[in-house]
Amino acid sequence: MKSDLARRLVCGAMVVVLAVLAVLAPRASAQEGDPAETEVAIFGALDDADHGPVEGAQIEVLLGEEVVGTASSDASGEWRIVVPGPGTYRVRIDPTTLPEGVSLRDPERTELPAVRVLEGRDKRVVFALGERARPRPADVVRPPSGNRVVNRLWTGLVVGIVIALSSIGLSLVFGTTRLVNFAHGEMVTLGALLAWLFSSGTVGPGWSLVIAGAVSIALSGLFGAVQDRVLWRPLLDRRTDLISLMIVSIGLAMLLRYTFTVFFGSNVRPFREYAAQAPWVWGPLVLRPKQLVVLGVGIAVIALYALVLQKTRLGTAIRATSDNRDLAESSGINVDRVVLLVWIAGSGLAALGGVSYATLYGVEWDIGFRLLLPIFAAVVLGGLGTAYGPLVGGLAIGLVSELSTLWVPAEFKFAWALFGLIVLLLIRPQGLLGRAERVG
Amino acid sequence: MDLVQVFTDGLRAAVGVPAIAYALAVIGLNVHFGYTGLFNIGQIGFLAAGAYGAGISASLWGWPLPLAILAGVVAAVLLGLLLGLPALRLRAEYLAIVTISASEIIRITVRSTSVEGVTGGPQGIGRWASSFYDVNPIPSGRYGIGSIEFNHRELWVMLVGWVLVALAVLVTWLLVRSPWGRVLRSIRDDEDAARSLGKNVYAFKVQSLVYGGVLGALAGLLLAINANYTTPGEYQTVFTFYMYVALILGGIGKLFGPVLGSMLFWFTLQATDVLLRQLIQPGSWAATYIEQRDIGQLRLALVGLALMLLVIFRPQGILGGRAEGRSR
Repeated sequence: MKSDLARRLVCGAMVVVLAVLAVLAPRASAQEGDPAETEVAIFGALDDADHGPVEGAQIEVLLGEEVVGTASSDASGEWRIVVPGPGTYRVRIDPTTLPEGVSLRDPERTELPAVRVLEGRDKRVVFALGERARPRPADVVRPPSGNRVVNRLWTGLVVGIVIALSSIGLSLVFGTTRLVNFAHGEMVTLGALLAWLFSSGTVGPGWSLVIAGAVSIALSGLFGAVQDRVLWRPLLDRRTDLISLMIVSIGLAMLLRYTFTVFFGSNVRPFREYAAQAPWVWGPLVLRPKQLVVLGVGIAVIALYALVLQKTRLGTAIRATSDNRDLAESSGINVDRVVLLVWIAGSGLAALGGVSYATLYGVEWDIGFRLLLPIFAAVVLGGLGTAYGPLVGGLAIGLVSELSTLWVPAEFKFAWALFGLIVLLLIRPQGLLGRAERVG
Repeated sequence: MDLVQVFTDGLRAAVGVPAIAYALAVIGLNVHFGYTGLFNIGQIGFLAAGAYGAGISASLWGWPLPLAILAGVVAAVLLGLLLGLPALRLRAEYLAIVTISASEIIRITVRSTSVEGVTGGPQGIGRWASSFYDVNPIPSGRYGIGSIEFNHRELWVMLVGWVLVALAVLVTWLLVRSPWGRVLRSIRDDEDAARSLGKNVYAFKVQSLVYGGVLGALAGLLLAINANYTTPGEYQTVFTFYMYVALILGGIGKLFGPVLGSMLFWFTLQATDVLLRQLIQPGSWAATYIEQRDIGQLRLALVGLALMLLVIFRPQGILGGRAEGRSR
């Protein structure tokens, strides 16, 4: 029994290593000609006096007329672009990607024409935003106005759908196997990383994102199946207790996450086709076409998911298994097969969530880890193990975190979601859609 | 390759301040998880409470250091009580999610620029524990055997730290073998049985959480005093997972497990680091695959792998001997 497990683990480890090498190979060769031993970068932080940290602004670095790197600022307004080596670069900001109500202090100065980068030292550049320094206590946030409410609602909806997609797998895996999978965030990252790899023209084949995303989702689903067969099912067969399983998943999460950084580095990289987009203005609403795409795909997939769950035998089997595993098994459902399918579907959906999130905010090695707690919050909020809970929970988390930025600084976005989760557990421990169960 | 250096550097780390701090925090975690069965994965939040409680009261309100340290401990007690309210009435998986969320809320909050005046924001609070070194009785100089050397400053922190560890082990031993400790273990093994014997399970859980949390706060204080600095980057959720590696290495539910586990953990972490650095000397075969800046990440990936393999193949810890049974 034990040696069997060892054999399976060794096989699994080899699969992972081979997969990782396959990912590594193109990049390693791409780097051979790279003369810079230590990388240098141009970086900065966008902070608006009224708005706080500015997220999602597109910045480009050019050498002569050639673009050498682009980045979009993260939730704390920070951005960083690795440059090929010391030299004089041009740094350009796309003012149309600044959020509503934020503008450059000098609207003409969208480009810094001569940024000198020295050997081995990162260079900080500043784009001044808003009006000239007007002293203001840091904790005062502008009261909500019509436009901002509409736009935050819109962003919250898009982010909520993405979180919902990413959460389904976690909830279904828990429902069918009782495993709380802390490595679920890494499935989200894997989806984004693979899609980036296949769509990148420099280290990958340069496919369009639709194809790259589909391949990435398929591969992630396969990885989910391998995980189930090689790691989790043998452990469950040994009757490993719940907490040990959680610790194993924490270990797996760390293994995957830090392996990703070794190969991907710590830069934010946008998908080639979605690097910068001019926003559309519809009345009070300012939206980006890519948000519309993400929302459309998300809603379509969720509709399909609901249809499968309600109308097919497989869906009935999944719902029955997550409701009561023993009862399902004794009524003739092949539970092992259901679990395997749940792993494939859940990992694929997580990968889709990762691709969607990365389309909006760029690919990074730890996007899944940063989304993990919001995902947990969504799943617990909706009811751990339920099929539709993650959808309700995901939307709630997306809306709460985005709307909270109307009143409190954006840094607290996810803190609010987590706080709400703790409060909800006090009042309704079984989640919004869960069934009450006596515990202690 | 210089294996002697790998060994001595590892040994140096095994007795150094981070190992001591981990030993303290992991003793606390052992009380939570090993003796009471509470799966707390937000222990790092207690370290933050200790360090920021002391740091803020020392730098903002100018409290003398002993009083500030007391404030740090009180902060951890309050956190334990506050956390116990929602968390301890829930099943293990919810407790895990609530504790990790709470530690993340603390980190996000102290890191925020909107409370920069209090916590120093992303920069943190510096130089608030200088008076600790004013009372250093050790004459300045370097002390040690061979290449394992410490200066008077490090030695002073280590001395205080090891005394604290010894005290923590002693107190934990006394508590665990007392009737109070027996109730904790009965909660771990069968919560319903403990309740049916008329024990107030909830109250015992809160007490366990607070006691282990205070040990965590002492660990946070030791680290902050050693650096004479407190920054939010030190309180990332991943550090609680390191502590679990140390706990499982040493053996869950064993009195000296946390101390041995922490020393082993830091020995291994440091030794791998030195080994990897030696491996990628220019010209070697490994240098074509691994870059200097990847070592830190690679080390963490190995920590994750170690955690998985330990739980799967040696849940009783590296030293063997069956730990006290967990019936679930």
